[in-house]
Amino acid sequence: MTERSAYTEFRPKWYRARVSTYWWLSQWSYTKFILRELSSVFVGYFIVITLLQVRALTLGASSYAELQLWLGNPLVILLNTVGFLFLLLHTITWFNLTPRAIVLRLGGKRVPDILIIAPNYVAWVVISGVLAWVIVGS
Amino acid sequence: MANKSNVAFFWALFSAGGVVSAFLLPVHVFLFGLAFPLGWIASPSHESLLALLQSPVTRIYLLVLCVLSLFHWAHRFRYTLYDGAQMKHLNEVIVVLTYGGATLGSVVAIYLLLNVG
Amino acid sequence: MTDTIVLEVTRYRPEQETEPTVQEYEVPITPDWVILDALNYIKDDVDGSLSYRWSCRMGICGSCGMMVNGKPKLTCATFLADYAPGPVRIEPLKNFPIIRDLTIEMSDFMTKLKDVKPWIIREDEKPIEEGEYLQTPAELDTYKQFSMCINCMLCYSACPVYGLDDAFAGPAVIALAQRYNMDSRDQGASERLGILSEHEGIWACTFVGECTKVCPKHVDPAGAIQQYKVTATTEWFKSLLMPRGSK
Repeated sequence: MTERSAYTEFRPKWYRARVSTYWWLSQWSYTKFILRELSSVFVGYFIVITLLQVRALTLGASSYAELQLWLGNPLVILLNTVGFLFLLLHTITWFNLTPRAIVLRLGGKRVPDILIIAPNYVAWVVISGVLAWVIVGS
Repeated sequence: MANKSNVAFFWALFSAGGVVSAFLLPVHVFLFGLAFPLGWIASPSHESLLALLQSPVTRIYLLVLCVLSLFHWAHRFRYTLYDGAQMKHLNEVIVVLTYGGATLGSVVAIYLLLNVG
Repeated sequence: MTDTIVLEVTRYRPEQETEPTVQEYEVPITPDWVILDALNYIKDDVDGSLSYRWSCRMGICGSCGMMVNGKPKLTCATFLADYAPGPVRIEPLKNFPIIRDLTIEMSDFMTKLKDVKPWIIREDEKPIEEGEYLQTPAELDTYKQFSMCINCMLCYSACPVYGLDDAFAGPAVIALAQRYNMDSRDQGASERLGILSEHEGIWACTFVGECTKVCPKHVDPAGAIQQYKVTATTEWFKSLLMPRGSK
């Protein structure tokens, strides 16, 4: 952007309010937004867990058993439950916001949002089912 | 054009990672994080999981999942630090820690998945 | 005795104070009054020194934006009676410097607006003899929503990113850039892209979505920005894979 427009030489004393560190608590919609953004932390966390699983599987049965024991620890279960809820928050907000970014037009009219959102959920259920079948059935 | 921003590239990774993690991660976490440890579903044996892991399809799948999701985290967390924690003045440090961290994680993922044997 | 309601109005007189203060005014609640009517009543009958902007009083000029109980609103479109029994807090539009009382400094917005060239840009002008540029209803439909923007800047007040980082171009500016990018008569998309994707003009947006919520004209600037991010990204990859000559 170009530099700020020059004001007159007799610049009045404008008052600039500072934004509070806790601006995101001032309104529920802002808080929801920050929670949605923080879901990314759990995305990263679960990828780390996944990589630990890969490593443990490679190292052998006892390593994997150790990891499974750790995963069974009540505190870890609690953390993972919280994380799972955040993941669901991510998935749901992601799907619901898709039609705002991807606008499809058919016959000159905009495709209704729900017709873009719904297939995402359907695909999600199907893909999850397939993955579960592959993992559990292995 | 002067100073063309390269954020577009990281936004692309963020978006791809968002899609991938939205579709794939929940079931992973549900199974390995809840259902198996809590005994709702019988956990597959180490042997069968290892066999599944060793398939090239699985390894590519996991590579894509991990790399994209890590960069999804990196980009989103970078901006959360700017706006939520008002740390934009630490821009360079944050860029290095987030995208650098994601790159490091990706390298680890590649290494682990190559050496599944 | 008519019902009254108290308005807690921000006052800021730089010649006599260094920080804004609050002044209370008691105004009658008339069922059909909007906040602007209450402010005009104050200025006409109670305290002529109160400064604020307004014009059309019917939601089309975009002048009368202010914070009403912490939410950015057009004061000509916000009913006083909805806030009974009150009190109602009236503050200047958030995220802008305050010049005086309820009047904010908006040249940052005006500069950014001009920067994105919100007009039809043609590489080649059609000569007059060839007639007008024709446009189908379907072509109009692609950008019409974004053309409804009245530059009221409520979206800038709602946007936490703009509040924290004024390098951000902001919702209305990007929506208006999109309005022209999507116009079939326009050929200036790459020119605007250069300006907006240069200094992280759009990338600071994290899709909070508040801008769309407060927009009185249902422009959906958040949607415009996300769509523009997709465009900017595809153009970035295209320029990487198929380097063009000077553009």
